Amino acid sequence: MSKVKILTKGFFKENPSLILVLGMCPTLAVTTSVNNAIGMGAATTFVLLMSNLIISLLKNVIPDKVRIPCFIVIIATFVSIVDLIIQGFVPALSESLGVFIPLIVVNCIVLGRAEAFASKNGVIDSILDGLGMGIGFTISLILVAAVREILGAGSFMGFQFIPSDYNILIFVLAPGAFLVLGFIMALMRHIINRVTEKRKNKMCAAK
Amino acid sequence: MEYILMIIGAVLVNNIILVQFLGICPFLGVSSKVNTALGMGAAVTFVMALATLVTSALQKYVLVPLNITFLQTIVFILVIASLVQMVEIMLKKMSPSLYKALGVYLPLITTNCAVLGIAIKVTEQPLIAAHGFSIIDSTIYSVAIAIGFTLAIVIFAGLREQMELVDIPKGMKGVPIALITAGILAMAFMGFNGLVPLP
Repeated sequence: MSKVKILTKGFFKENPSLILVLGMCPTLAVTTSVNNAIGMGAATTFVLLMSNLIISLLKNVIPDKVRIPCFIVIIATFVSIVDLIIQGFVPALSESLGVFIPLIVVNCIVLGRAEAFASKNGVIDSILDGLGMGIGFTISLILVAAVREILGAGSFMGFQFIPSDYNILIFVLAPGAFLVLGFIMALMRHIINRVTEKRKNKMCAAK
Repeated sequence: MEYILMIIGAVLVNNIILVQFLGICPFLGVSSKVNTALGMGAAVTFVMALATLVTSALQKYVLVPLNITFLQTIVFILVIASLVQMVEIMLKKMSPSLYKALGVYLPLITTNCAVLGIAIKVTEQPLIAAHGFSIIDSTIYSVAIAIGFTLAIVIFAGLREQMELVDIPKGMKGVPIALITAGILAMAFMGFNGLVPLP
């Protein structure tokens, strides 16, 4: 696989939260505003990148039987670093993300990439994979958050452009998260189905 | 009275899945049948009570006195992961029948963010803080939260069993329709808002 493909496969084709359905909890919980989504995405990308880097460096040293606990300790270390950095420099973000920053430890995406990719591949490939998956996760978070913030609060990244009398409050509350994510996922699947069908038809016609 | 309010608040008003968004993975993954949902609920209740008991004791007697609360995340996840392993081994030896009932679900729980999430949240809960972080309070709270988890996942499994028979558009099948159903269920749970006065 080429380096570009490793980087870009997480953007759409193997998008962690919209296609592979991993890391659902943060996708639903922190997408009340685009700012939160960007913060969460950046934090997760950093953890993914660093844990993939360290694990791919240590993959020959870690004994196979205790690899999962080792991965968890490495990931938890970076999550604590991110947690302290956010608490120190952006306390407002730390307050609005709350418990979901320490919960990056149990995000299936991070452990999944460590187990499926970083423990088998070289350092540069693992960095690209971590970066790509992190960016893909951030894109999907921003997508969900943009829909919720525009419909629910009438603003985008804090910039108000619909007066608050005309907002649909339900979209920033809990049920809105489930509804928006459900419809976005259905749309993605519909597009993918359409594209694969068209390709099949073309193949048949060519024959 | 305080405890009754705390339990109602944890089960219905602040439902862990539908309001706090913790434990979505098992909620979507193991909810195709009511029986498996009940099994998962029981396993989560068991592990969550035990994990919170241990982590809140650690928080109170080790992390806070030594002033190393920044290690909370690492310590808690290690404790929970090893606890789940230990419970699995002990159940296998001591109570094979219970192991048979819960066994399949136990390894799934390690990666369940609900257990770690509640272990962390308990250390910030206002009512528990008012009582000086009593370990018994924390455990009662975590059991109440786990009952809320079981309630939500069982109701949801019942809905999904019915959905098997319905004709659904191709792109909606599977996870998307499950999420939309969960959204409607969350709306129903919003009706419980205001049942318990905020502290």
